[in-house]
Amino acid sequence: MTPLIAIRGLSKSFPGVRALSDVQFELMAGEVHALMGENGAGKSTLMKILAGVYSRDAGEILYDGEPVSFSSPRAAQAAGVGIIHQELQLMNHLTVAQNIFIGREPRRLGVFLDEEKLNRQARDILEHMNLQLNPRAVVGALTVAKQQMVEIAKALSFNSRVLIMDEPTAALNNAEIAELFKMIRELKARGVGIVYISHKMDELKQISDRVTILRDGEYVATVPTQTTSMESIISMMVGRTLTEKPRAENATPLGDVALEVSNLNCGPLVRDISFTLRKGEILGFAGLMGAGRTEVARAVFGADKVRSGEIFVDGAKAAIKSPQQAVARGIGYLSEDRKRYGLATSMDVESNVVMSDLGKFLSLRFFLRKLAIRETVTKFINLLDIRTPSATQEVRLLSGGNQQKIVVAKWLVRDCEILFFDEPTRGIDVGAKNEIYKLLRNLADRGKAIVMISSELPEILRMSDRIVVMCEGRITGELLAKDATQERIMQLATQRETLNAA
Amino acid sequence: MTMRSEALTMTKDGRLSAMKARFFGPTARQKLLAFASLVLLLIFFSFASPVFMQIDNILGILQSTAVNGVLAIACTFVIITGGIDLSVGTLMTFCAVMAGVFLTYWELPMWIGVVAAIATGALSGVVSGTLIAKMKIPPFIATLGMMMLLKGLSLVVSGTRPIYFNNTENFPMISQDSLIGLALPNLPIPNAVLILFALAALASVVLNRTALGRYTFALGSNEEAVRLSGVNVDRWKIAIYGLGGSICGVAGLLIASRLNSAQPALGQGYELEAIAAVVIGGTSLSGGAGTILGTIIGAFIMSVLTNGLRILSVAQEWQTVVTGVIIILAVYADILRRRKV
Repeated sequence: MTPLIAIRGLSKSFPGVRALSDVQFELMAGEVHALMGENGAGKSTLMKILAGVYSRDAGEILYDGEPVSFSSPRAAQAAGVGIIHQELQLMNHLTVAQNIFIGREPRRLGVFLDEEKLNRQARDILEHMNLQLNPRAVVGALTVAKQQMVEIAKALSFNSRVLIMDEPTAALNNAEIAELFKMIRELKARGVGIVYISHKMDELKQISDRVTILRDGEYVATVPTQTTSMESIISMMVGRTLTEKPRAENATPLGDVALEVSNLNCGPLVRDISFTLRKGEILGFAGLMGAGRTEVARAVFGADKVRSGEIFVDGAKAAIKSPQQAVARGIGYLSEDRKRYGLATSMDVESNVVMSDLGKFLSLRFFLRKLAIRETVTKFINLLDIRTPSATQEVRLLSGGNQQKIVVAKWLVRDCEILFFDEPTRGIDVGAKNEIYKLLRNLADRGKAIVMISSELPEILRMSDRIVVMCEGRITGELLAKDATQERIMQLATQRETLNAA
Repeated sequence: MTMRSEALTMTKDGRLSAMKARFFGPTARQKLLAFASLVLLLIFFSFASPVFMQIDNILGILQSTAVNGVLAIACTFVIITGGIDLSVGTLMTFCAVMAGVFLTYWELPMWIGVVAAIATGALSGVVSGTLIAKMKIPPFIATLGMMMLLKGLSLVVSGTRPIYFNNTENFPMISQDSLIGLALPNLPIPNAVLILFALAALASVVLNRTALGRYTFALGSNEEAVRLSGVNVDRWKIAIYGLGGSICGVAGLLIASRLNSAQPALGQGYELEAIAAVVIGGTSLSGGAGTILGTIIGAFIMSVLTNGLRILSVAQEWQTVVTGVIIILAVYADILRRRKV
């Protein structure tokens, strides 16, 4: 039987990163084929190439045995390859029917929209899917699960034969997941091939026929789901040998407790979080994307409103309701999204570095002391080895690694004792990564208390003194550096509350 | 273009590239463009009409730029934060009316009237800022509401009649006398112009050399990053709108002094002229970039245009059309410049 989709020798590079290298993948009609790998393994890139979002550098894609090359998502969709992105792409103010037929609304006299026909066609599709959904309902008023069904209906309205789902259950509860799986089984019975990207092991066991594992942009293996154990899939996912140096021992013994968080609750992704952090310690926060690690950091930092829980800084209870209060307590937060939350990129290096503590550089509490600013900024440019032509260079013109150093400098200027590093090496090349690692270690050795959130396990293992693992908003385990392995962390990171891992 | 600016950033000699950025960077380029347009306009009109370059006409242009220029300075701060202030015109009038209340109704000394006008402006700005920062009302709507509210208040307080400054003999001097003329009798530049330039210099210092100025740019560049740096964003935003308001107070004094009266029905429409001057001067409506010098150039472009077209006997209607075209061109130039970078 000819596979529905056959991908061979596919490669793709982004500036500075090799995202995919010689990858293969195969999908049969009526098959649910899971795609697995750590964050950054290349799953989404592979599927975006298949769906015409990205172009490929090398390799071929066969669709029904014919070589194809989709120039745009629209072309792929017209040929019957649909993708449902993790973030739903719906227009919340329009109705279900209007969303399904956006861009190809039936018309009367070539000008007027034929709402009647639109709703009728939408109803046909929804009935065909056995969905109880009113075509005239406004999408924004539906639950996320229902919205997802609308996305699926939209994809199917193109008579899709291939349906790619990127983390479709990320925002669903158990009943909704069961609903989704029912739908997937029906599609499967009708001969639709489904690519299913997910981190959740237990779901894969339930729904998928085969699993293909990617690691660091390379193809590892394709195995039948039923006869393969979860442990072996995990080991295939993380199986890379550690090329980086092992963790350096602490130069100084750990100090007093700098930060204690107890029973913190804040939204669905921060549930009953408790941990302590000592001076001179690097506490790693591991977990999959969406596990709630960033949300914990933001909650402690006062960026999001906390529902309940207590925070102690240096043993004293701290009421932190805003970033301003957090900074006053010596807590700094370095966001994973530097450009959005960390830097004013259209301003110069100097302005960014002193932003968190401008008060220190004022005369008469109003006028900037330009010389003092320049002196301090120059000091930090040298200390952190920030490569910039001058202190007045606009930040957006610098490389990712140097931008990250500027964010670090910003908090060092403020003399923060507790620092949250959220994905400190994201988007940074390998050489600069090592510098950031060295910097973190140095800061810890100088007595700073550091929380490092990272999705890269080797990084977590290399840097952390202690590791906290989160899954779906809860802490599922705490490991000492010497007891931690990638496998152990992955198990904790996928240890869900309700569905037990098979 | 991209290649060249990349090459610039690679330059080892930091000072050199910083200097190049200062003179040839995108902001500077827009300012140069505005300045070049102003010079071209001046050359064109002086050839087109012998009247244009006569001293009286030049003084007229200067005088007529003063009020719009001052209002444009107020708008510059707000627009650099990524906001907008539609209330500057009617606030100016309300400040003039309040000066009238203090000086004519209550017969208080002149300096109290001056302080009252500026304080009224600051207070109104603080109210706008609070609506925007604390109550999260979008700047456009908040200041639109303030615009109408202030217009109504002006009419209510004045009883819809002009207030004349009959009790304060020296009041017209604020705007119309010439300190420079005392020293240089051949150059009787009115005080209003002096005040405009002094205020521009002051505003430039505030924008570039103070914490308030730094946060003005930072808010327009990335408000969330500023908040997450532990800065009290709300307080600074309110302060910036407050500063803008107090500058409107100065504009109120200028116009009242020139007319020797507070005209309560005046004011609406001034905000759009001020915003136009800011935009022509290269300040980005999306925030984060702008200069006072650019704004002043923008204000002069508008008044030179109006004056020159009038001298050439172009009908009033067509003057308005031309101004509209200029504004659209200026914004398009801004978009082009950003696309290149």
